[in-house]
Amino acid sequence: MATAQEIAAEEFSAVVTKHRPQIFRFLLSSTRDVDLAETLTQDCFLKAHRHWGSFRGESSAMTWLMRIAINLQKDHWRNRRMQFWRKTQTNAVELDEASDWLPSGERSVEQQLLARERVAQVGKAVEGLSERQRTVFLLRYVEELELSEIARATGLNEGTVKAHLSRALARVRAELGGKR
Amino acid sequence: MSFKDKTDAVSAAGEEMSPELDLALREFRLSVHAWSEAAYSRPRTAVAAGRLKQVWRLAAGWALSGVLVAGGISTGVWEHHRQEMRMAAARVAEHERLAANERNQQARQEDEDLLAKVDSDVSRGVPSAMEPLAQMMAEYETK
Repeated sequence: MATAQEIAAEEFSAVVTKHRPQIFRFLLSSTRDVDLAETLTQDCFLKAHRHWGSFRGESSAMTWLMRIAINLQKDHWRNRRMQFWRKTQTNAVELDEASDWLPSGERSVEQQLLARERVAQVGKAVEGLSERQRTVFLLRYVEELELSEIARATGLNEGTVKAHLSRALARVRAELGGKR
Repeated sequence: MSFKDKTDAVSAAGEEMSPELDLALREFRLSVHAWSEAAYSRPRTAVAAGRLKQVWRLAAGWALSGVLVAGGISTGVWEHHRQEMRMAAARVAEHERLAANERNQQARQEDEDLLAKVDSDVSRGVPSAMEPLAQMMAEYETK
């Protein structure tokens, strides 16, 4: 018969398997640095494992993990700002390079080029957003979270989330409109 | 809920979502997903990191060995130097001891010579009245 500890370990293992790719994706799109995203993903699950016993399931495991990931990312940038006098090395790429990965589908070459250009424009606009706007935007349009889930993950109320999304969308719209 | 439904939900929150914006956001999402999947399933650099660690360990080993060898050599040299100093000190001490002995011996000799001289002078200083007695003693000693 399995003990409570073994059951908890199995549950946590299932959570890792299910949500790790999504947490990694969010951190990758936020940091644009594959190595950093991997490190922060690992830290996120390490922290989650330590506090797994205190997770009461009031929100979904995904929202809980996303909140940890957002906080880790914030801490990382705060530390980087504190160390501004140090020569820090970053492997971050431009977010508009994500267009290189756009699946070609069954489109013509011209359509593919136009699609890549659109993705690059969105990427450029996202890079220009504030940290909070970018987080909200990515959670909504890349991770497809509900507004209420974004509110729980970021610790903001839904009205604030909507306001950030509105500003982020205005910026993306301007970027797309300006290039036409 | 599909992506379209989500954008509609935002529209309900007061956003106007043009078809072009909708399409751009969907393509952006697809490309980020594809990028993430490629990055997530890429071969990890754990081996390279392990090798790097090994190289560092090797370098640290060599450095430590170097320090130990240098330490051993310098300890040997220092010990040799100390031994030579001890030997030199012992030689100086021996030399001083011999010189002191010689000085003592010389002083004793001088004392003995002086006493002998005093004896001789005393014996020569015998009054003339005692001369026959001294002569008899000398004759007796020769016999």
